[in-house]
Amino acid sequence: MSLIKATRSAVSPGGKHGVSGTESRDPIGYAVLALNKLAQSELIDRLGLRRPAERGVFTVTRGGFRAAGAASRAFTRRGRPGHPGLRVPSANPSGVFDLTPTEDEQMLVDVVTELAAEVLRPAAAQADETCLAPESLLAASQEIGLPILGVPEQLGGISEERSAVAGTLVAEALARGDMGLAVATLAPGAVATALSLWGTDEQQATYLPEFTGDDVPAAALALTEPGVLYDVLSPATTATRTADGFVLDGVKSLVPRGADAELFVVGAQLEGRPVLFLVESGADGLEVEGDPAMGLRAAAMTRVRLSGVRVPAGAVLGQADGSTYTECVRLSRLAWCALAVGTGQAVLDYVTPYVKEREAFGEPIAHRQSVAFMVADIGIELQAMRLLTYRAAARAAQGKDIGREVALARKACADHGMRIGLDGVQLLGGHGFVKEHPVERWYRDLRAIGVMEGGVLV
Amino acid sequence: MINLETPRKHRALVDQAHQVAMNMLRPISRKYDRAEHEYPKELDMLAAMIDGLSESGASEGAGAAGVRRDEGEPDRGPSRNGANLASVLSVAEMCWGDVGLLLSMPRQGLGNSAIASVASDEQLERLRGTWAAMAITEPGIGSDSANITTTARKDGDEYVLNGEKIFVTSGERADSVVVWATLDRSLGRAAIKSFVVTKGTPGMRVERLEHKLGIRASDTAVIIFEDCRVPAENLLGTPDVDVKQGFAGAMATFDNTRPLVAAMAIGCARAALDLTRELLADAGVVVDYDRPAQTQSAAAATFLRLESDWEGARLLTLQAAWMADNREPNSLEASMAKAKAGRVGSDVTLSCVELAGAVGYSEGELLEKWARDSKILDIFEGTQQIQQLIVARRLLGLSSAQLQ
Repeated sequence: MSLIKATRSAVSPGGKHGVSGTESRDPIGYAVLALNKLAQSELIDRLGLRRPAERGVFTVTRGGFRAAGAASRAFTRRGRPGHPGLRVPSANPSGVFDLTPTEDEQMLVDVVTELAAEVLRPAAAQADETCLAPESLLAASQEIGLPILGVPEQLGGISEERSAVAGTLVAEALARGDMGLAVATLAPGAVATALSLWGTDEQQATYLPEFTGDDVPAAALALTEPGVLYDVLSPATTATRTADGFVLDGVKSLVPRGADAELFVVGAQLEGRPVLFLVESGADGLEVEGDPAMGLRAAAMTRVRLSGVRVPAGAVLGQADGSTYTECVRLSRLAWCALAVGTGQAVLDYVTPYVKEREAFGEPIAHRQSVAFMVADIGIELQAMRLLTYRAAARAAQGKDIGREVALARKACADHGMRIGLDGVQLLGGHGFVKEHPVERWYRDLRAIGVMEGGVLV
Repeated sequence: MINLETPRKHRALVDQAHQVAMNMLRPISRKYDRAEHEYPKELDMLAAMIDGLSESGASEGAGAAGVRRDEGEPDRGPSRNGANLASVLSVAEMCWGDVGLLLSMPRQGLGNSAIASVASDEQLERLRGTWAAMAITEPGIGSDSANITTTARKDGDEYVLNGEKIFVTSGERADSVVVWATLDRSLGRAAIKSFVVTKGTPGMRVERLEHKLGIRASDTAVIIFEDCRVPAENLLGTPDVDVKQGFAGAMATFDNTRPLVAAMAIGCARAALDLTRELLADAGVVVDYDRPAQTQSAAAATFLRLESDWEGARLLTLQAAWMADNREPNSLEASMAKAKAGRVGSDVTLSCVELAGAVGYSEGELLEKWARDSKILDIFEGTQQIQQLIVARRLLGLSSAQLQ
């Protein structure tokens, strides 16, 4: 960088604080800047001129603080390397159009719905504030077997056949309680499901017993990267082949519970194709830092930096030709659709009694068409989102191609889901904007649907 | 077990309807768009073929007539895929061919749906084979159909009808017309009954045919009733005025016909999507389902949005029909389907014209025609706004007095 360019960059307002590079400062601008520097000075604080600001634990860590990944447990290598793992069969298509869940699915949904209402919803506001999911909730989710929903019965899990529909219904039910906590709860299951779907005998034998045991490790599927116009199918993270394995370099963002995670599934470009890699958190060169976002804060989002991380040859999960990676992206997007449906339902459930009780001009605002029609549209688009998601899920369970179905569901859930979040706040007016009501949190969470890749999987 | 694929038992029907739409309707689609009010004589042969298929049992519910709801014991067994699903699937395929021509299909009128929905078994048997149009709207009454002014006065064994009906689809061509009239205006919606009036009955006359924006192959009539006498047994359902039951009887028709109109919008919009996808591909734009929309061209991103909305509308329509097949109340879902399909039908067809530019706007392709045909589907059998009212009232648990 030339000296002139460097100087200009130092005094130019652009490139930081969300200011574009085309902005410039005039004399008044410099005066205001100086005033601002003074206002930020610690002198004022020492003189006690400012009320001490409350800070969440997580916000402290984001100011450049980085830590090595969580010390991972010793995953003992077992099983036969390179041999295909155990797979559950696809669901048998009945050929009948049907919107009724099976009895088993319904029982599971009932239990999870109760968990969402009794545990997730009451804990949601604080978890959002502290960027932390309560231990008791994670324990409860283990107790009902959520992390091993996609793990074959023979490997200690609860899946007899491909469980994409059950996973979808569970994600929806959890997100009806709270999306951020749902993601925190489902994150380890995403890795366990990935191992079940694509793991070799060695990978399954090495890692899955930890997930089916009493002390389920935190784990995360890391596909998102911090890039504008990021295309998940072309990750910037690279994998380079070495004599005895691979070296990974790159940055993954919005990785749920990355600070606690002991095992990551990381997407990286290998010889021009996107591939999934298993990376243990203790690996040298792996660093985790806080990456709090607009919403989903209870999921304790992190950035994971990989600098020359060495993994063994057996770390490739699934095929190296891009097919496993693409399938993983689709199934993850499907899970995000299910989360959008659950949170959309939460919005509808919340605004319905509100607009009937809130009065303006002498009658409930629900008696006005402009208000009532917003509620009607929430109901209509929500049901369309749900059916699109169910269709993709059922096809996934039956082993059918889901490229088109997932794309259509995701488009609806991103666009109309956001609209539902937006209207949810609008229907409460100023009350929707304050944290006394949960609609502002749902608004922030629903923005994630078109953005997030990975993290959850069905 | 959740599964939203086209039912296996209806796939042959869908294929057959598609072949008919492609080989019979498309070739004459532009012809009757230009020759408004000319009778599409080709349809007589088609209707005979469909009747034959129905008689042989080879096709279940090929048209609008298949919407009757059996009132037997609730079926607790496995999910049923019956006549309602078959009807929406085949109607969508036929409207992929041409909406106006589907609406002109002999013996498949919306009046037939009304008969199927509310007629007694005796009436159903007696009226078998008739082609019935539907007459509800009046010059001063549109969406507020509870306020209709056409009267029916009992006189001996007959009812005497007086009034003017507009927007009667197939009003000139059909064998008979199902007319909504009130027995006593002071009793409100409970007194509204429907009457089957056979063509040629003295006192009934077709005043004129409308010139329209779209579905020009279908005739839309103004019909005047002047002391028109119909046999008392032509009153559909019960003649009792049950104030408690209110409008429910007559309105039950709509629960069955709204998914059909939604299916029409689905079919018409798919025609536009199919052609536009190909035109875009010719222009070098291929929609990638895996790459994020914002990394693709604007045309591809628009197409993805349209297809997503279309698929959502289609699945809502299948849901409403499936619920009817399984004897579940589906008033809410029927209105959801029609609201979504109606607006998506307009958005898709109009956007496809824009995507295709002058090719889309010119009469050289059918895109501009579909963009005209689709508009009526967001209007008749209850406008977008009426569907939203119904959905809102149901979701919010409000009466029609509270939410007007």
